[in-house]
Amino acid sequence: MNKSIHIIKSTSVPLSIENVDTDQIIPARFLKATNREGFGKNLFRDWRYENDNEATPKKDFVLNSPVFKGCILIAGKNFGCGSSREHAAWAIKDAGFDVVVSSFFADIFKNNALNNFLLPVVVSDGFLQRIFEIVYANPSTEITVNLENQTISIPTTINSGSNDENEGKTLSENFEINSYKKTCLLNGYDDIDYLLSMKKEIELYESNRI
Amino acid sequence: MSSVQDTNSDSRDKAQNKAKSLFEKIWEKHVVKEIEGGPSVLYIDTHLIHEVTSPQAFNGLTKRGLEVYRPKQVVATADHNVPTLNQHLPIKEELSRIQVQTLKQNCEKFGIELYGLGHPYQGIVHVIGPELGITQPGTTIVCGDSHTSTHGAFGAIAFGIGTSEVEMVFATQCLMQSKPKLMRISVEGELKKGVVSKDIILYIIAKTSASGATGYAVEYAGAAIRNLSMEARMTICNMSIEMGARCGMIAPDETTFNYIKGRQFAPKGEQWETKLAYWKTLNSDRDAVFDKEIIINAADIEPMITYGTNPGMGVGVTGHIPALSEVDEKEKPYFEKSLNYMGLQPGVKIKGKKVDYVFIGSCTNSRIEDLRMVASFVKGRHKASGVEVWVVPGSKQVEAQAKKEGIDKIFEDAGFLLRQPGCSACLGMNEDKIPAGKYCISTSNRNFEGRQGPNARTFLASPLTAAVAAITGEVGDVREML
Repeated sequence: MNKSIHIIKSTSVPLSIENVDTDQIIPARFLKATNREGFGKNLFRDWRYENDNEATPKKDFVLNSPVFKGCILIAGKNFGCGSSREHAAWAIKDAGFDVVVSSFFADIFKNNALNNFLLPVVVSDGFLQRIFEIVYANPSTEITVNLENQTISIPTTINSGSNDENEGKTLSENFEINSYKKTCLLNGYDDIDYLLSMKKEIELYESNRI
Repeated sequence: MSSVQDTNSDSRDKAQNKAKSLFEKIWEKHVVKEIEGGPSVLYIDTHLIHEVTSPQAFNGLTKRGLEVYRPKQVVATADHNVPTLNQHLPIKEELSRIQVQTLKQNCEKFGIELYGLGHPYQGIVHVIGPELGITQPGTTIVCGDSHTSTHGAFGAIAFGIGTSEVEMVFATQCLMQSKPKLMRISVEGELKKGVVSKDIILYIIAKTSASGATGYAVEYAGAAIRNLSMEARMTICNMSIEMGARCGMIAPDETTFNYIKGRQFAPKGEQWETKLAYWKTLNSDRDAVFDKEIIINAADIEPMITYGTNPGMGVGVTGHIPALSEVDEKEKPYFEKSLNYMGLQPGVKIKGKKVDYVFIGSCTNSRIEDLRMVASFVKGRHKASGVEVWVVPGSKQVEAQAKKEGIDKIFEDAGFLLRQPGCSACLGMNEDKIPAGKYCISTSNRNFEGRQGPNARTFLASPLTAAVAAITGEVGDVREML
């Protein structure tokens, strides 16, 4: 696992669909493995291939696009809803993503992502909309995510076709992350390391509980 | 009539010293340590595991050279990936067989009680916890499964976790958790005939949307909830996650205590009295403040059915699928994608829509009361031709009870197939899949694209509404047939 996150600068893969549930991210029939590796090849399996067949990729699905590449996935609101399967986070990470940007994440998915050093970045609805517009207009646009400063930035492009007065400037937004988790991600710490260091306090708690 | 009220956090802070909600009472008792600017270290009383989300956690322990810290607080079963026919034979599919065997080996290695295939207690993890008396009020319960919210029906904080968190609980019996916001949903008044708990929760989710409770712990209250049996309450709490809630809960009362008393792992004798006294304190104080309150009139609820690809896309059976003009402009792309998948048109009535499959099962609706409800409707009737009906009991104990009551005969006479316990076609992980393009009316909890099999189309409904479809071959109104 690629541990610790600081600054990620990359082109991105836009998936402007809302309510993407974890059954879409990785269907249940691919949850039979007993290790964490190899789920990436079945990421978005049923959106990616016709008739469950890798020989017939769906041309209009973004993961099959020769144009959109990069380690940042941009997704519609309520991303990762449904099943708690951590396999969804593993599949996204295994497929080469380090960041998922959305205006809203489901709780369990967000925790699973953080526990796998896959950074969920929550932006406003308006900012998300702008990212989609800019990236669809110019797929080579590089987005910068700076965890230390808690900022996400994207340059607008001259040819985006919009009449926006910010044309040619860089748009930025701050994102929230709790300071404990931020420290973990910056330093490559797991929750489990922290919890193991708490063993004495846990035992004390147990001795006092009814 | 429903109303929504937002409460600002100032008034909540002031109230904190005095009145407490059910959630807060249990949460505070389980905080081992609070971290500034971060989550709390939360102690977990009961950890339920199954074959699909545990193997990588056990591998993690082994890699770190750790033991399971409190193996007696962990209970295992095999449910997600087991066949529901011929369970006495070795599992045919290799990967599934290995996964179920791996659970057995891990439980033996780490000293965990396993109710695996062939055991009289085996079943869906959220069915067996309550039925064995493992699920108790005032406790914290986790499982690597989002429907762990089911156990909140007993007045417990119960929620689903990922596999990394399963590993944390194995190693330390604790988790890092941020305290959620609080929401209370009160269902007041009396339910109308033919309307059951599944309809209540589908109605609530349709009102709040599939993400409307994200970040909240939800307490269900009100007369219509109080009047429900324990099994009906479990159906409500079970689907809390379908509106994004961290957990769902109902304050324990005499119904709860009567249900638990005498069960296999329920407290006994003096211990029962001590626990009972504590459990009776578990309710929200009169002045407890919630970040959000929703009040629903039970009489407004009719039998519900979903038409789309998330559980929030539901209407009353006599209603119609929203017309394009009724859909918010922003929601249109998703709405149209959803209807396109379902092969349905906007604005049309859903009643009368033909179905190919009926699935009665899952952690939402596979308990004995669900089977009794279906049997009492179906008795003396026969399924429509061309419809395939699967009934999958939630556990070996439910299956045995159904047989004892002759429910199996009623199903057989009706042309239904009574299968063996497991999650089955709820998630289509084993071979129990709905074929591409077919319509299935299902008592389960999710109508996501491909959930019941690639390109399968799901209508979520109550066991009664599913029974109507089994007999008539179409979506119908149970109230016309009672």
